[in-house]
Amino acid sequence: MSEVIKIATRTSYGNALVELGNEHDDLVVLTADLAAATMTNIFDKAHPDKHINCGIAEANMTCIAAGLAATGKVPFASTFAMFAAGRAFEQVRNSIGYPHLNVKIGATHAGVSVGEDGASHQCNEDIALMRTIPGMVIINPADDVEARAAVKAAYEYNGPVYLRFGRAAVPVFNDEATYKFEMGKGIVLKEGKDVTIVCSGLTVPESMEAAKMLAADGIDAEVINIHTIKPLDEDLIIASAKKTGKVVTAEEHSVIGGLGSAVCDALAEKCPTPVKKIGMYDCFGESGSAAQLVHKYGLDAEGIYNVTKAFVK
Amino acid sequence: MDNLELKKTANEVRKGIVTGVHAAKAGHPGGSLSCADIMTYLYFEEMNIDPKNPNKEDRDRFVLSKGHVAPALYAALANRGYFPVEELTTLRKLGSHLQGHPCMQHTPGVDMSSGSLGQGISVATGMALSAKLSNDDYRVYTLLGDGEIAEGQVWEAAMFAGFKKLDNFVVIVDNNGLQIDGRIEDVCDPNPIPDKFKAFNFHVIEIDGHDFDQIRAAFKEAKETKGMPTAIVAKTTKGKGVSFMEDQAGWHGKAPNDEQYAQAMADLEKVGEAICQK
Repeated sequence: MSEVIKIATRTSYGNALVELGNEHDDLVVLTADLAAATMTNIFDKAHPDKHINCGIAEANMTCIAAGLAATGKVPFASTFAMFAAGRAFEQVRNSIGYPHLNVKIGATHAGVSVGEDGASHQCNEDIALMRTIPGMVIINPADDVEARAAVKAAYEYNGPVYLRFGRAAVPVFNDEATYKFEMGKGIVLKEGKDVTIVCSGLTVPESMEAAKMLAADGIDAEVINIHTIKPLDEDLIIASAKKTGKVVTAEEHSVIGGLGSAVCDALAEKCPTPVKKIGMYDCFGESGSAAQLVHKYGLDAEGIYNVTKAFVK
Repeated sequence: MDNLELKKTANEVRKGIVTGVHAAKAGHPGGSLSCADIMTYLYFEEMNIDPKNPNKEDRDRFVLSKGHVAPALYAALANRGYFPVEELTTLRKLGSHLQGHPCMQHTPGVDMSSGSLGQGISVATGMALSAKLSNDDYRVYTLLGDGEIAEGQVWEAAMFAGFKKLDNFVVIVDNNGLQIDGRIEDVCDPNPIPDKFKAFNFHVIEIDGHDFDQIRAAFKEAKETKGMPTAIVAKTTKGKGVSFMEDQAGWHGKAPNDEQYAQAMADLEKVGEAICQK
């Protein structure tokens, strides 16, 4: 087996922005003193005139993005998820969401895999916050190929998009030659009949690994990658739930308001199905390495395998 | 437009404000009346705009950062011809395009939705930056309340605008001295306001916000100022033009009843007659 390449999706973000900048004059990239961390510094090197550092002022950056969009530019406002969705929530809600402006929010360092910085910087609430804003698209890509495609799709789409990226390097499992990103459409990575695992972002390769472990126990799991959390691909999830009768959701986010909640919202109304959610159970993270934290909170293959096996029994 | 015409027009704008708020039985007359002269100057004299083509690309932009005085913006837009003046009585009513706070998707001529204080100046800063990035000539104006500048985001925006030398950008502070809970000096004193903007690298002009000679001179000076944004700190009277509303914090967010409405319109008729006799 060839060695698995690992790339952080925040790096994919920076690289995709450079490519977009090469093609489009209306692109503007904003950062709030986090160019090196959000990887917009790659864009800055290529297109310094279109890279605007707003200083440590996320509320202002968010509204500057709104002003740029209202005058025909396509801004990508970049900072940590904690500040993009948390600190600037009301700016996103009132100055981007309400007027439905064409702003893209590039939120990096989402979830516990931020690691050593600890709970203050590990945003497990951003998807929940963004889901409540009417018209907001939320994309949580799983690897480098998907992340770069998502950034380009976000540019092409006319309206607000929240893009969620991670700090830690994650395996590249999609094949660029065959991969196709379609906003709002989930991807069945493995078909199965006993249980459906709905996953997103960092938990996607972990869920695929868990499915292999389950197969060894005779459990045939279907794995669905939901890169677009809003709008949710309800049809795909409902069809799978009807087939398997049991759904597990796995996400690097609070179980309150995230992917698991979105799936439950859809199933409860349209196809009531037993669901087991994997995620952060109403708790803050802590310092540690990304791998240690992902393991401790049960977001790795072993955690997903254990919960799914117990649920299916 | 000469000063006489501007004064007549501002008086019509004030009537529109009072009429709209009375019909809505809610809204913010005090701060709308205090900025009516500035709004009139912006929409009838200063800005490059076209009511027949509200979205023309090279237009000057205006963001009402103190979004609660939407009645002043709506009355200015209606009198300028963006929509019929009669529609001002639909203010705040279900199905009306005149929302309680400005909404760019509903109302022709509204360049940005606003209402949450502190955000409008940031958005306007982004518009001014946008013009600079693409070498466009349009200018960007935003109106703030003196109570509003307690919002920290105002100073994030001011720091950015000063740093980026956005000389196509004009901030106007409607310094009427009152906010919901009382006098600005008593709530959380923002003074000295001009010094604060100077410290953030703005060119600062202090004027009487009801004197059209001073308003005209200030906007001319702003246009001639290069290499830095301009802040016009305009001393105004809250409730200006309506005798019983003048300088009363209680009229920040309260509608006149029928009797008070009749009195207010009579006051404004008198103001109008006085203007014509001069």
